[in-house]
Amino acid sequence: MSDAAATSQSTPRDALLVASDGVPLKVKLAKTTAAARRRAFLLTLPLVLFVLISFVFPIGEMLVRSFHNPVGGNVVPAFAESIAKWDGKGLPSEEVFEVFVKDLARARKVRDVGKTVGNLATRVNYEIPGSRSLITKSARKVGKIKNPPYKDALLAIDKRWSNPHVWLVLQRATTDYTLSFYLAALDRRYDKTNNIVQADELYRIYIPILLKTLWLSALITFLCFMLAYPVAYLLSTLPLRTSNLLMILVLLPFWTSLLVRTTAWIAMLQTQGVLNDVFVSLRLIGNEDRIQLIYNQTGTIIAMVHILLPFMILPLYSVMKTIPPSYMRAARSMGASQTYAFIRIYFPQTLPGIAAGTLLVFILAIGYYITPALVGGNDGLLISNLIADHIKSTLNWSLGAALGSILLVIVLMLYWLYNRLVGIDNLKFG
Amino acid sequence: MKLSSRMKSPAFAALCVASVAFGFFTGSVLGTIGFFLAFGAPYFLMTELPPYASIAERIGQYVFLMICTMIFLFLITPILVIMPLSFNAEPYFTFTDGMLSFDSSAYSLRWYQDIFNFGMTDPDGTGSAWWQDMWNNSVWIGAFRNSFFIAIMATLLATGFGTLAALGLSRSEMPFRTLITSLLISPMIVPLVITATGMFFFYAKKDFFPFFPDGLVNTYVGLILAHATLGIPFVIITVTATLTGFDQSLIRASQGLGANGWTTFRKVIMPLILPGMISGALFAFITSLDEVVAVIFLADVDQRTIPRQMFSGIREQISPTILAVATVLVLFSIVLLSTVELLRRRTERLRGLSPG
Repeated sequence: MSDAAATSQSTPRDALLVASDGVPLKVKLAKTTAAARRRAFLLTLPLVLFVLISFVFPIGEMLVRSFHNPVGGNVVPAFAESIAKWDGKGLPSEEVFEVFVKDLARARKVRDVGKTVGNLATRVNYEIPGSRSLITKSARKVGKIKNPPYKDALLAIDKRWSNPHVWLVLQRATTDYTLSFYLAALDRRYDKTNNIVQADELYRIYIPILLKTLWLSALITFLCFMLAYPVAYLLSTLPLRTSNLLMILVLLPFWTSLLVRTTAWIAMLQTQGVLNDVFVSLRLIGNEDRIQLIYNQTGTIIAMVHILLPFMILPLYSVMKTIPPSYMRAARSMGASQTYAFIRIYFPQTLPGIAAGTLLVFILAIGYYITPALVGGNDGLLISNLIADHIKSTLNWSLGAALGSILLVIVLMLYWLYNRLVGIDNLKFG
Repeated sequence: MKLSSRMKSPAFAALCVASVAFGFFTGSVLGTIGFFLAFGAPYFLMTELPPYASIAERIGQYVFLMICTMIFLFLITPILVIMPLSFNAEPYFTFTDGMLSFDSSAYSLRWYQDIFNFGMTDPDGTGSAWWQDMWNNSVWIGAFRNSFFIAIMATLLATGFGTLAALGLSRSEMPFRTLITSLLISPMIVPLVITATGMFFFYAKKDFFPFFPDGLVNTYVGLILAHATLGIPFVIITVTATLTGFDQSLIRASQGLGANGWTTFRKVIMPLILPGMISGALFAFITSLDEVVAVIFLADVDQRTIPRQMFSGIREQISPTILAVATVLVLFSIVLLSTVELLRRRTERLRGLSPG
């Protein structure tokens, strides 16, 4: 009834509202909204482009390098083409041998970076340890082979060429795209018949280090939580003036250089350091049996807990600050004990802060590099240290990239979880 | 209870006596100070408990405050310890007996002198020759120059682009907001080793970057790009936080009064978000100043920064010069922290969130 009355009084339903220039208002509104969206997007565009070039493309390049390694194919391109057709049974045919001998003899004269016989030898050596000399030695001698049969001539240079496994590896090493590095990063390898098997016990290093990294990060996160919770609680309950003062004790380490704090922990923890001195002067330990606290796992844990603690305190504090103290008083007045009121009333309200703090600390901890490298000794090293090692020292870039990609996947999953649970907008400092 | 009345109480007298006794036990003044802090701080932090609190709760509160004091000591002691150690007359990282008994000859400024001298061709020279030598050859001074140059350029880039993007992100019409924010924050989340590895591969591309046919590795530009990227999340976070309380109708009002986009930004938006911008810039600056992984991967000896120099100093020959540099850096971070705190309080006061 009222509907009909309203329609009869105002414009008829099918007549559109129009602006002064006759365009329907709906169209105009859509146009302005679209323009506003475009303007907002254009404001972020320069930074998005900047981050794409300086950050996203580099990460993409790393991902590509983890499965794309054209070195083998670059050194002996003709051979790569001919062995790709080989079915992997027995030894390759005489033609393949001929192409290999000629290609290797030609490659020996090449001096371009990344295209030398040495590069190919290194690449093969990743899969058959000790086979480097086979390639380099043969490359020196193949120049003398002028006539067929090439197969017998090559076997005469080195017996190992009669092993089909060598040719299987060469076939893999000369294809541009390979999963070998991911297998290596997961302590797996191809066996003599191209099946994926677990690496020999002696060579299993990456999975144990990855597990150790996750375990140590979890431990560090837990320790940070145990230390941060009481401090955050105290800061949130004290009068503002006092808590601002004490907050300096949290923020100063947060603002102090990572290197400075790591150096400080060396001064604190070494055998002649401050902490051992204090223990000795308190007669807790004798002067002779000072404790080794640094250059091992203990040093890594202590220093990392110190460095990451503010990242736990700040989110907890910002959540605890918003919890009204009257809730606890209400619980007490209704007969709850201090402990019961804490567990049932206070603790559940701090869960968002706990989620934010633990996820942030855990994410930061599993990627740590500098502190373990400086105070970790040998058993305090984390996965990042191995990645840096492969990029900077052993120069097995593809393996470093594969390890990095695995770490990246773990971090991105945690980041996604953080986004779901906490929301990226709630990230704040101070 | 007021502070003054607490200092007159018998408990305080007992605390003083116990501290001195403990000092004699350990044979050092530092023992007295440590004991006084560990047991006295909780006493001063105690708040009035409600009348119904039991004696167990009172003891519980004291124990809780003692634990908190320990954690605060854990946080701050390492940073305080390096300061006196940097004045050590001996080339060690440890307190000598002379230092503990406050013997003035056990202290010296030689490591601060060494910041200048290390790497100079003629450290005993005089006049302008010395200054020139110091400016050009001193390893640490070179590292300071590199660090500040890279940090300032990176901060300008990050703050400029970051503020612009934060303005877009805080608009209600922004499309794909979560996705883009996550992307822009990710340099802070992705482990530095991964970022640096990717940059090491990508920036090394030959004939890809304009003006840099040999790639960006081992150039200042590469490092500035890398550090700007790492600083961007901090700018985004702080500026967006300032903008959450920002009244968007002010922009419409300004436009309604005939101002164009640039004038609106300069006269209306900028003054309101300036504290956030400065905080973000300081965060980006300290991030760059502190960053070492990207420097290890991307820089040559010519681009050595302070943290890079400290890193190799700790690994190769550990000398108290590092502690002297560390002390200078701590003083610098105190200045930066104070600035950020003042800005934060100013913003809170302007919004009426804090009593001042």
